[in-house]
Amino acid sequence: MSDETYFEHTGSVDMSERATNIDKSTIEVLQSLADRYPLKRSALMPMLHYVQSVDGRVSPRGIEVIAQILEITPAQVSGVATFYTMYKRRPAGTHHIGVCTTALCAVMGGDILLETVEKELGIAPEQTTADGLFSLERIECNAACDFAPVMMVNWEFMDNMTPDKAKQLLDDLADERDVYSTRGPKLTGWRDTEMALAGIDDGLADEGPSAGPASLRGVEIAAEKGWSGVPKGTPGLAALPKPSPAGSAEPSEPEKASKPGAAKGKKGKK
Amino acid sequence: MTDTLTPVLTRNWGQPRSWVLDEYRAQGGYEGLKKALTMTPTEVMNEVKDANLRGRGGAGFPTGMKWSFVPQDNPNPKYLVVNGDESEPGTCKDIPLLMASPHTLVEGVIISSYAINAHTAFIYIRGEVVHPIRRVRKAVQEAYDAGLLGKDILGSGYDLDVIVHSGAGAYICGEETALLNSLEGLRGQPRLRPPFPAVAGLYASPTVVNNVESISTVPSILAYGKDWFTSMGTEKSKGFTIYSLSGHVAHPGQYEAPMGITMRELIDLAGGIREGHQLKFFTPGGSSTPILTPDALDTVMDFEGLAAAGTMLGTKAMQIFDETTSIVRTTRRWVEFYKHESCGKCTPCREGTWWLAQLLARFEEGTAHEGDVDKLLSVCDDITGKSFCTLAEGAVACVTSAVRNFREEFEVGYHTPAWEYLPYAKSALFPVAQDDLEVRA
Repeated sequence: MSDETYFEHTGSVDMSERATNIDKSTIEVLQSLADRYPLKRSALMPMLHYVQSVDGRVSPRGIEVIAQILEITPAQVSGVATFYTMYKRRPAGTHHIGVCTTALCAVMGGDILLETVEKELGIAPEQTTADGLFSLERIECNAACDFAPVMMVNWEFMDNMTPDKAKQLLDDLADERDVYSTRGPKLTGWRDTEMALAGIDDGLADEGPSAGPASLRGVEIAAEKGWSGVPKGTPGLAALPKPSPAGSAEPSEPEKASKPGAAKGKKGKK
Repeated sequence: MTDTLTPVLTRNWGQPRSWVLDEYRAQGGYEGLKKALTMTPTEVMNEVKDANLRGRGGAGFPTGMKWSFVPQDNPNPKYLVVNGDESEPGTCKDIPLLMASPHTLVEGVIISSYAINAHTAFIYIRGEVVHPIRRVRKAVQEAYDAGLLGKDILGSGYDLDVIVHSGAGAYICGEETALLNSLEGLRGQPRLRPPFPAVAGLYASPTVVNNVESISTVPSILAYGKDWFTSMGTEKSKGFTIYSLSGHVAHPGQYEAPMGITMRELIDLAGGIREGHQLKFFTPGGSSTPILTPDALDTVMDFEGLAAAGTMLGTKAMQIFDETTSIVRTTRRWVEFYKHESCGKCTPCREGTWWLAQLLARFEEGTAHEGDVDKLLSVCDDITGKSFCTLAEGAVACVTSAVRNFREEFEVGYHTPAWEYLPYAKSALFPVAQDDLEVRA
């Protein structure tokens, strides 16, 4: 099977490589996912996420097992797997790097970030480094435009990026130093994320802040001006966030309990 | 007198651990549910109908009316499906809500499901945002543990199960019938309507699909009443909503305001256009809504005001670009997005977005032929109104509105690359070394 197809992103699943880590316990988890839905075929997408967490891609064995559990054909499973961009038909890296280059992020610097990452890793989008540590994807709008330009690592937010921050991020991940998402937990790996997406609790929901600085701009201005949307006397109003210095160039750090510097190069102000 | 900003949904986002049940309750959370459970489902539906809450996901269809279309005599189960596939370029309001206050959504899901007599609800969230998904899953689990979900909710006799579902990277799944296909374990391709989901949606059963923000607004309507809600907003666009500002403003972010604030007021709240620059163009509600220029700054940002201005309120996602920005580059990149996200079902969209992308590449590279502007518009004409869903309309709208406002700049593409006409480095938010100027498409 050729690596290159005329239509980018539409390559089929690599069926020649049969290696798999799927065992009895994997199948039990897949079955439990199917049992969560009124009709079991609805579990197909979470099951594909789970196969990726086990095999690092959509594997031939994974397709067969899902087909058996759901009582559909392997072709029906592949047909769904090849429609959605998050399902990887070639092995993804330990860390999956996404750079947003949809219009707004691209204009704000995303194109330069993508080129920076390509140079640093020596790969193009849709490729994985030879050591298997990183894979790269040119992603479409990731719903974080107020933090542009945005990168994602293992589908965790890395907000307000610059080329220097991007280089530092890749260095830190390569050297196995701790890196935290700007709005989430410590980055561990793409497979861990795929497990969480499948619906397996990883206990990380309480990590990170409630919101990033941009998300709080409006609330902070309202608190400063004494503006409110809810009727007077509503519980909790007295505890609204303290106003931040208006017009300050650097937004205040979000509420953050104990985690040290969330993103590299970002100085905690509190 | 209504305040300029009216935080309701966003008001607890800055609280430490705002996503935890106890914190949410300390802010008055789940009071709306308690009230709803003292009413009949029909009374709850009428409260939302009378509040005239209109859908916050783009189309602006009245939420309560959508609920009333569910045929209650249909013997099949009824379903509520929350659309959290937020992917429209520029749109970034639902994801922070799910992250900071997932219980607002969960409470809304319970009340809304009760109103339509559903006993199973789904929350479909795009897959590329794992942390908000964790928070929502945790909130659902907390709600089960507290007797807010499951059997006999708060002793009312009402039962509800909620399933949180991750997508896998497909903008098209924000289209409600594509979302339902995706949730059934199929490719996310839109269905032909009728039948509408209210009659034959998920598993061919009556289904209501509502946006995250719409459902999250419901608890406040129940808690504080329809009169409170309708005291804000304009004549036909009631209440408050979250406006998202991104791009070349001093302080991009989320600004929750009554319907009908103007763009000028919003940009002022965001600290103005970044220092030393001027506004060139903006989208009022995501890239699928025709762009506007500075002469539209005083347009009222509600459904009617923007329709009158020839565009749409959409998702209220204002992407703001200053004078350094190439309209040709920006338009091409949007079209590349639609090309990438076209599901391939309808020929005009599947093929047309490829044609548009190829033509726009010539404009950006300065190799367009005389007359290509008209060819671009002609291809748009061949796409619009000829596909199942509105993805194609979005692709066309961003091109036609760009040409309408900046035709001369497109004509520059007959001889000069866009990056020479307007050097891209000047648009970036960080300094760019001279070596990096080769960067383009």
